[in-house]
Amino acid sequence: MKNMSNKFLIPVGPYHPLQEEPELFKLYCDGEIVKDIKWETGYNHRGIEKLAESKTYDQVFFLVERICGICSTSHPFAFANTVEEICGVEIPNRAKYIRSIIAELERIHSHLLWVGLAGHFLGYNTLFMWAWKYREPVLDLFEMITGNRNSYAMFKVGGVRRDIEESKINAIRKVLSVVKKKTELLTGAVMDDPVIHARTKGVGVLTKEDVIDFGAVGPTARASGVAMDVRRDDPYAAYPLVNWKVITAETGDVFAKAQVRLLEISESISIIEQCLDGLKKEKEGDIELKIKNIPEGIGTGRAEAPRGEVFHCVFSDGSNSPARHKIRAPSYMNIATFKKSCIGQSISDAILTLAAVDPCYCCTERLAVAYDITSGNKIMNGEEIIKASAQKTRDIMKKLG
Amino acid sequence: MDTEAIIKELNGRFSTDITETVKRNDKRYDVTINPSSIVQITEFLYKEAGCRFIIASALHTKKGFEIHYHFSKDETGLVLNIHVILSQENPRIESLSNIFNASNWIEREIHELFGIDFVNHPNMEKLLSDGNWPEGVYPYRKEFK
Repeated sequence: MKNMSNKFLIPVGPYHPLQEEPELFKLYCDGEIVKDIKWETGYNHRGIEKLAESKTYDQVFFLVERICGICSTSHPFAFANTVEEICGVEIPNRAKYIRSIIAELERIHSHLLWVGLAGHFLGYNTLFMWAWKYREPVLDLFEMITGNRNSYAMFKVGGVRRDIEESKINAIRKVLSVVKKKTELLTGAVMDDPVIHARTKGVGVLTKEDVIDFGAVGPTARASGVAMDVRRDDPYAAYPLVNWKVITAETGDVFAKAQVRLLEISESISIIEQCLDGLKKEKEGDIELKIKNIPEGIGTGRAEAPRGEVFHCVFSDGSNSPARHKIRAPSYMNIATFKKSCIGQSISDAILTLAAVDPCYCCTERLAVAYDITSGNKIMNGEEIIKASAQKTRDIMKKLG
Repeated sequence: MDTEAIIKELNGRFSTDITETVKRNDKRYDVTINPSSIVQITEFLYKEAGCRFIIASALHTKKGFEIHYHFSKDETGLVLNIHVILSQENPRIESLSNIFNASNWIEREIHELFGIDFVNHPNMEKLLSDGNWPEGVYPYRKEFK
C-alpha cells in the first residue's frame, strides 16, 4: 500500500485467493471507499487468434473450444455460425435442436457456478455447496451425451458430431426435473433472504446509459434494463423454433444480476424440454451436412454465451484455414464496466461487484494451450512468462514501497 | 430505424465517403468508407441509428492495414461492418473512444498487435503486454516470424 495524496492503493492480484485466474486490479481507495480502479492484464495472453490461422477449419473448433473451460461450447457455436454464414448453408433441424440443448445445459451449469461463487464471496458457503451440488448432475448429463464433462467436442461445420439417441432423452428429462425443482428452491432462498438483499441491493449499480456506452452484453446488460439477447435478436439454431422469453431487470445492481441469472436457469430448462420434444419429430441420425469447401468471404457470427454475446469474425481466402480470425468474448466488454460500477463503493462491495459480471479472464485474453504469440518461441516460454509475471509483481511491490 | 433505412440514410448522407456497399444477406452488410469520415459515420450509427459497437477486427493484407468496425442493430439483428483501408507505411486513424468507451480496449489492443495509431485516444497505454514485450515489434503483422 502506498499513500498517494490521501489515497491508498490496494492491489488485488495477479495471484490472489479471491481469483481463479491471474489478473491485477488496482483499487485506489480513500479510506474504505474506492476512488479509482485500474486493470492490468496480459498474464494469460497466448495468441489464439494467430494460432487459428495455422489450423484447418475442423481443427479451429478444438482450438476455440479451449478458450474457456466453463462456457466451452459458446465459442465453437459462434464459430460454426460464422463459417456457415460464409457457406450460406442451413443445417438440419435435428442438429439445431442438439446445438441448443448443449448450449442451454451449459448456461444452467455456468449460472449455477456463478450463484455458488457469489454465495462464497458473500460468506454464504452453504449456498456455494448447494448450488454446486446441483451443477454436478448437469455435468454428468454432458458426460452421458458427449463423453466429456467439459470441452464437449460436439460442433463441426454443418452440424454436430454426435446424435442424442431416443434412449437418452428420458434420462435427460429426469435429471432436468430434479434440477428444476432445486433451482426453484435456490431462487426462492436467494430472493427472500434479507441479508442478501442488504448486501446486494443498490450495490455496484450500472445504469442503462453506462451499458450502452461500454457496449456491455448478456446478463450484465439485461440486469440494467437493456433487453438484448442474440438468441432472440439474431436467431440461430433452434431458438426460433421454441417458446421462451428474455429475462430482464431494471435496477442494474448485484441483486438484479443474480435475479436475471437465476430466472434464466428456468428458461433454459424450458428450452431444453421443448428441444427434446422437437428431437422426436426429426429423423434420427440426420445431424450434419457435408461441406467440402469454405468459399472466399467474410463471416460475422454470434452466439449468446452464459456471459453474453460471443462474436467471431472470419476472413476466408478460400483455403482450408482462416486468413484472419477475430474473437470477441463477452467479458471483454463487461469487465470494462468496473470503471463505473466499482467507483464509490466500499472495498468489500467492490470485490462483490467485480464478481457480479461473472468475469472470464481466459475468454478476455483468448488463451488456451500454450504461450504461442510468436509461434517461433522467440520471446518467452511458459516458465519465463511465469517469471516475468512474478517479476512484474515484484516491480509493482517495489514501486509501491 | 430498420436495416434498410440505416443503409439508405448512410448512403444518402455520406455518399462521397462511401466507396462500396455489399449486401451479403438480409442481416449482414459491409460498407467500405474513406478513413477520414470514420468519426462522423460512427456518430450517426451510434447516436442516431441506435447501433451498438461490437468490436473492431484488424488485419494486415496486401492492400495495407484494414479495420472492420462491427456494429450491431439489436432490434433487427443487423451486423454492419464499416471497413477502412489504411496505408502500409503510416497506418493511423481517428480514435472512436471519445464517442463511446466500448472501443477503448480494442484500440489499445490493435495498437499493440498491429502498430496502428489511433489519433486522440484518451489513454493509449498497453493493454496486454506491459513490460514484457519489446517496443516496435508487432506480432500480428505479416512480416513477423
